[in-house]
Amino acid sequence: MSKDEPKFTNSEGGLRAPALPIDLRNVTKTYGKLTALDNVSLEIGAGEFLSLLGPSGSGKTTLLMVIAGFIRPDHGALVVGGRDMVVQPPHKRDLGMVFQNYALFPNMSVAGNVGYPLRLRRVPAREAAERTEKALEMVRLGGYGERSIDALSGGQRQRVALARAIVFEPRILLMDEPLSALDKQLREQMQIEIRRIHDELGITTIYVTHDQREALTMSDRIAVIDHGRFMQVDTPRALYDQPLNRFVASFIGESNFLPATLSSGKPYFGDMPLRMTRPVPEGASHQLMVRPEKLRIVQDGAPEGDFHNRFPATTRQVVFQGDSALVYAILADGSEVSMRLPSRAGSGTALPEPGQSVTLGLHEDDTVLVAE
Amino acid sequence: MAQTAPPSPNPHSAEAFAQGAASEQERPNRDRLKRAALREGVSVSVLSVPALLLVFFGLILPCGWLLLLSFVGADGSLSWENYQRMIDSPSYYRIFVTTFQISLLTTLICVALGYPLAYVITLLPKSLVALALLAVLLPFWTSMLVRTYAWLVILQNNGVINSMLIRNGIIDAPIALVHNFTGTLIGTAHIMLPFLVLPLYNAMRSIDRGLILAAANLGASPTVRFWTVYFPLTLPGLIAGALLVFVLSLGFYITPAILGGGRVIMAAMRIQSSVALYANWGAASAIAAVLLLATIVFLLISLWLSRHVFGSRGR
Amino acid sequence: MLRWLQGSAWDQVPHLRRLWLYLVAFLVMFVLVVPSLVVIPMSFSASRYLEFPPSGYSLDWYRALFGSSTWMSAIRTSLTVAALTVLVATPAGTLAAYVIILARPRAATLMQGALLGPILVPIIMIGVGLFYVYARMGLLNSVTGLVLAHSMLALPLVMVTVLAGFRTCDMNQEMVARSLGASRPVAFLTVTVPQIKRSILTAMLLSFLVSLDEVIIALFISGGDRSTITRLMFNSLRDEIDPVIAAISTLLILISIISVLIIHLLSTARSAREKT
Repeated sequence: MSKDEPKFTNSEGGLRAPALPIDLRNVTKTYGKLTALDNVSLEIGAGEFLSLLGPSGSGKTTLLMVIAGFIRPDHGALVVGGRDMVVQPPHKRDLGMVFQNYALFPNMSVAGNVGYPLRLRRVPAREAAERTEKALEMVRLGGYGERSIDALSGGQRQRVALARAIVFEPRILLMDEPLSALDKQLREQMQIEIRRIHDELGITTIYVTHDQREALTMSDRIAVIDHGRFMQVDTPRALYDQPLNRFVASFIGESNFLPATLSSGKPYFGDMPLRMTRPVPEGASHQLMVRPEKLRIVQDGAPEGDFHNRFPATTRQVVFQGDSALVYAILADGSEVSMRLPSRAGSGTALPEPGQSVTLGLHEDDTVLVAE
Repeated sequence: MAQTAPPSPNPHSAEAFAQGAASEQERPNRDRLKRAALREGVSVSVLSVPALLLVFFGLILPCGWLLLLSFVGADGSLSWENYQRMIDSPSYYRIFVTTFQISLLTTLICVALGYPLAYVITLLPKSLVALALLAVLLPFWTSMLVRTYAWLVILQNNGVINSMLIRNGIIDAPIALVHNFTGTLIGTAHIMLPFLVLPLYNAMRSIDRGLILAAANLGASPTVRFWTVYFPLTLPGLIAGALLVFVLSLGFYITPAILGGGRVIMAAMRIQSSVALYANWGAASAIAAVLLLATIVFLLISLWLSRHVFGSRGR
Repeated sequence: MLRWLQGSAWDQVPHLRRLWLYLVAFLVMFVLVVPSLVVIPMSFSASRYLEFPPSGYSLDWYRALFGSSTWMSAIRTSLTVAALTVLVATPAGTLAAYVIILARPRAATLMQGALLGPILVPIIMIGVGLFYVYARMGLLNSVTGLVLAHSMLALPLVMVTVLAGFRTCDMNQEMVARSLGASRPVAFLTVTVPQIKRSILTAMLLSFLVSLDEVIIALFISGGDRSTITRLMFNSLRDEIDPVIAAISTLLILISIISVLIIHLLSTARSAREKT
């Protein structure tokens, strides 16, 4: 490496590796009769933060391990920056990985852990020490190098694991539920930190989680995975506002599902036509998805903006939850919906009483049909 | 070939080619991945080759050869005569009876002494457990020859015990404690005891103490608790340890050879003398085969018991 | 001690009520440990004849031991064979244990079974069989032959000990190391081995003891100036007891005590580490 090429120091003095796009094609992994990954394909842009979100056993960790090289798929291509890496052994893939249980090496100090990938790459000792310290500063553990692993708290261990995974400027960062062992407050703090580090490094990041809120907070895009297939790959906003299918709708956020029918292309709830601005996803049968916070109580007859879709209902139960109230109501066809109302003064309507007849309004932009 | 080739490409091969291309599109890298998996499998399993070679040359080859020899008669042809002789000759019968007697009695002595010891170790406070275990491990790792020699010193006619008894006027003439059945039994049991105590202690340690305390809370007396709850739970460990001791005793050589003084002949000693004194490989290998068979049978019994009888309850 | 006696064991039975049981256990421990120690005063006896306690003390038998070329050559042979056994059995058994950890369950069980063979097959059979095979391969009375046989005997112990070490450490770490750029051998040597070094040291000591104390195979395949200590001892014990045996036995006991103490310290250090 020549001195004229400041490969890892950019103008801000941080660590920066050239980000690479990843192209997964037709990846399948079976274990006997069980299909862990069912012919999945996915393109990840250079520098993108992509989350793999799914319930346990959905195949998200399997996919991450395929990318890391620890699981060999039955077939599939893994093209990173134009090169197919799928048969490369893990140590030649040049990617940083953070495991769920940190997996720090107890036989080495903090600096020993972080400097490990540099020693493997025969980086001269002085440069390695500088880069180790820089990586530790990046995770806000500057000066912790000499400590032993046993002396660190869970959150600090997580940071060391992260520093170790980025110190050698990998082209890709893989994280397997890295925050699941931390308590809620620390987890939220680390989510912001990880995203900040990603933005500073501009590194292509794949983040496995089963926590939808975590995925929504951190990601550029989220790939929702179930039974080894992608259910939807989209931005957090799009996933939340317009899920394509019932699985995605129920996995991300709270939702009510109401029977809907399509008659010559037009959507109906019972015999009431629905006004909607969003396209209807493909599928044999559909349901109307309603997020509890999108419903509001409208006064009969009073025009209220674009809340065109109106449902007469009877409230059944009102649950006060502090920041909001949850109202359960029975619709005319007998189905039950939940509705979240803000608990603030002057929010227009006071909370209804149980048993009260009300009309629920749904904005045409918030009216979403999902495939079964 | 140029003459027989049709003007247009063979439709079958074209189709096959197209299929191949389609499958590479739909299932990219399938063959490369298979080869890589094979390569990795081989590169890992190759690490076990030194160990497997050692076992092959040190165990399987010699024992296999010996088993083959047992079916070769004095004239060099295949025959059953080595086994036939074992059935016909009363001297073999006596040897097997002696071997069985010593092994059985050794096992019983070890159970009688080892069970209380293992049990008490589980009751000791933590600081004493390590010390007690050292008392078991130290003899375990002391040379059998040294221990056998020590018993010789103790049990001899002018040994520790006899001279003490005579000095105190309890007996007039020394009792024969060694170079006979008694001496063999004492020495063998001493060697085998740790083989019972260690697995038994481990089994006892893994027992859920809550069960015994629950029985106590239900009002069971200590004796009832022990026999109805604790003892049945330790049975798998006890039987496994006892079978181990029994099997090891069956093939035991050193201590019986020294403390038996030539009066107690066990199977292993007959094997040794057949080879070393008479160069009778057929006889030696046939006894060895029977010994191996007995060992395997008892090991299988032990395995079967731990899997099927205690399998559901033991863990 | 008195306060302890007034208390109860974990199963709520007062210690006092079980005093007889403690006495039985103590007697058994006494019988396990003390008889072997008889040889220590014997080795300092001034008399040629077996008598206990010795009527006079001297260093005659140690002088006789170190002055005898037969015994010294046997000591050399035994120590050489034991050291080489450590060098062969430890790496072979450790790598085999590593393969078992990585293998699929069924293959792992199969291999474990194969490597446990040496402690399950009657040793007398192995001895006779090796005698037969070595006679045809020209390995009788050779250090090589002894080392191969003793390494095979030590394999199961090495494997079991090292496997226990592997089970206490997190094999994910090797995966991490590989993702960070280490090939499998490098990951194994830099991350896993330092964490199981206590198990490996224990395995080394055990294979040393196995080789040093092994009698039967040495009886069959060693001889002449390649006789081992144990072979000489056995012959002497069976035929006519040479008081030198007491001296060499004392030395062997010393080696055992030191080894067991080291193993004990290693294992307590290991379990202390697991707790943190």
